Amino acid sequence: MGKNEKKGNVFTNNPLVRAIGTQKIVVVLVIILLALLFSIMSPSFRKYATVVSIFDYSYYISFMAIGVTFALITGGVDLSIGTGMIASGLVGGYLITHQGMPVIVGMLASIVLGLLFGLFNALLIAVLDLPPFIGTLGTMMVARGLGSILTGGMSITWPAASVPQGWFRSIFKLTIGNVKFPLGFIIVILVVIIMSTFLNRSRPGRYIIAIGSNKEATRLSGINVVKWQSLAYIISGLFTGIAGIAYAATFQAVAPGTGAGLELDAIAGAIIGGTSMTGGYGTIAGTLLGVFVMSLLKTGLPFIGLQANWQQIITGLVLIIAVLIDVLKNSKRA
Amino acid sequence: MGEVILTMNGIDKSFPGVHALDHVNLEVRKGEVHALMGENGAGKSTLMKVLTGIYTKDEGTITYEGKEVEFANPREAQAAGIVIVHQELNMLNHLTVAQNIFIGREMMSGKLINDKKMNEEAKKLFHKLNIDIDPTEKMGKLTVGKQQMCEIAKAISHDAKVIIFDEPSAALTEAEIDELFKIIRDLREKQLGIVYISHRMDEIKVITDRVTVMRDGGYVGTLITEDSTKDDIINMMVGRVIYEEPKTKSNVAPDAPVILKVENLNAGKMVQDVSFELHKGEILGFSGLMGAGRTETARALFGADPKESGDIYVNGKKVDIKNPMDAVKHGIGYLSEDRKQFGIVVQKSVAENSTMASLDNYMNGIFINKKKEAEVAKKYVESLSTKTPSVDQLVVNLSGGNQQKVVIAKWLVRDCDILIFDEPTRGIDVGAKSEIYHLMNELVAEGKSIIMISSEMSEILRMSDRIVVMCEGKKTGEMSISEATQENIMHAATLRN
Repeated sequence: MGKNEKKGNVFTNNPLVRAIGTQKIVVVLVIILLALLFSIMSPSFRKYATVVSIFDYSYYISFMAIGVTFALITGGVDLSIGTGMIASGLVGGYLITHQGMPVIVGMLASIVLGLLFGLFNALLIAVLDLPPFIGTLGTMMVARGLGSILTGGMSITWPAASVPQGWFRSIFKLTIGNVKFPLGFIIVILVVIIMSTFLNRSRPGRYIIAIGSNKEATRLSGINVVKWQSLAYIISGLFTGIAGIAYAATFQAVAPGTGAGLELDAIAGAIIGGTSMTGGYGTIAGTLLGVFVMSLLKTGLPFIGLQANWQQIITGLVLIIAVLIDVLKNSKRA
Repeated sequence: MGEVILTMNGIDKSFPGVHALDHVNLEVRKGEVHALMGENGAGKSTLMKVLTGIYTKDEGTITYEGKEVEFANPREAQAAGIVIVHQELNMLNHLTVAQNIFIGREMMSGKLINDKKMNEEAKKLFHKLNIDIDPTEKMGKLTVGKQQMCEIAKAISHDAKVIIFDEPSAALTEAEIDELFKIIRDLREKQLGIVYISHRMDEIKVITDRVTVMRDGGYVGTLITEDSTKDDIINMMVGRVIYEEPKTKSNVAPDAPVILKVENLNAGKMVQDVSFELHKGEILGFSGLMGAGRTETARALFGADPKESGDIYVNGKKVDIKNPMDAVKHGIGYLSEDRKQFGIVVQKSVAENSTMASLDNYMNGIFINKKKEAEVAKKYVESLSTKTPSVDQLVVNLSGGNQQKVVIAKWLVRDCDILIFDEPTRGIDVGAKSEIYHLMNELVAEGKSIIMISSEMSEILRMSDRIVVMCEGKKTGEMSISEATQENIMHAATLRN
């Protein structure tokens, strides 16, 4: 049977490269290249305000993407995170501005609603065995309608940064004097560290990966696959709620009936970051990097004069290339 | 051989309509390799599923280490020390070797998994078994052989006392098999009880101490390997009563022209250098055990799978078949063993299915000529006596036998001269079976030619004019029906070369 064959080249055999992962290094290079390109082509891109803006755009996508990475790793998907996030933001904000509740209650309500969407998805997919695409597509529509109904179809404005109740906005963007600090980035990094550890070092995390790798084999190993597959969707739901808060903190208002399509930005981020669409593989750090590519494109392309439609095209192409890399990698392995 | 560790006595199990196990016995001793043999569907796997708690038995007793046991699930059996090394490996390709071995019982330090310790433990385990595998390697990167070693190591780490190998050598290379045998001998030395399920006669002679033979869900007997010949075992495997009269001589005229000739067909591991001829009006039976490469041969011939090399001649003319469209153009029709997946569109009507392969002839400009379609469908419903209230009936509502007739109609409408029937009567009840047989005989009488792949010995002997036997991707025998016996077919089907 021979000895262990060494595959790859000098680059991929480098221990540091192996530890970080080729895909992540490629994505980091892409981020640097994009940043350089935008900086060279547009002097106004090279401003601190732009950096803050890139971060601003990244928070809510990051949270959605971290959550959906768990669903993707099980070999499924969660399409309800976009409208679920908006519904969470609507309901939380409604309680604060229309019911006079404290901000913290509104935030908790957002998280609870997100969790409920996650539980509902878990019931549909892990317990009732619906295909993830169908189950979460249904939840996506339910969430869109529900958010509008619960708030009476009104646009919801969370308290502005200028009033005392607007403190929650400082969690993400701290303003001292005239300088804005992207504090949210530190929070996101902390969450990435916690969720990475959870995914790679805890039993539930290990079983979520195992389910995505081979569900039947996992079941035969005596592992409760229903429970752990459920958990993946509940985590996705939890982060949907958190993303709702981040969204409310980033934008002036949350509008009912929106959110459809935002899930795709998050899913694209996770995929670009190396998460396998067929399950079994993915990293939270990779997802964050992927989100940055998305966020960079969203903020940077207008600076070089490419407007919304071009952004869509370029983002779409980047996604296709990222998945193509995954497909080619897998076909080589087979 | 040491004392008895496991006894299964009078195990009986029925499923609706099938008596799967009929009072079967099996006794395994410590330090013994015990072969479990039988044809496809003899009940070997069912017996092992009863043992490990996947199925519950209707009758009989299982005694393990002196106590009567009944396991509720494989997990319980494993905890007691009975482990199956599956033929289809249950591997988590994205996890490392060590993570696979300890799945479900990870070593923890506090709340976190201690991968380092698991790697060390796996290393020790491999060392003990003389296996050279890096525990930190991703499972998906290992060869099948090495994956199997991991599965064995996993079994050992569960403190197994009885290990069941379910056709372990099926996917291994010669060298890997040698290594496997070394490990099995090692385990025997350590006084484990080993059940070895295999079709390969040569291996049975080499590695096992005793052989228990099953047939049609029944217990035939147990032999001491050393004292028995290959023929003894084969006779026990095939000595079944054949209910339908076998054909005694070929119905094909000796001067019937060759309609299809296949030369040195190669397509992967499952089709190696296969050559054969099909005469006009002939039923050519393809026999062999599971995984012999018969379906793969048919699919490569039909262009459904890519072939590496080989020549195909239809009516003496060399043809180039790159895809099923080419095959159909040359008059070859393929009736898949999996009707629902490949043969018919169940949510469409009988008429729509009938013209599926020849729609071009039933068009009115860009529209389908429904009237013409219904006419031709009706014609074949009548000539094949398909039982359906109308040609507008959805195929999903028909019985298995009648669905098969719709598939046959599809290829007859296309005017195919060569029909490949892959397991034509699988999942069809006895009455409908003889109707399909009758139909096949009529087709060849009309000058069509048939290749019939079948895993049922009685079907092969009843229908074929000539028989090709395959084993592991190679043709291992060819005989006329007058020479064919169950014994010499089984001989060829277990030939390994």
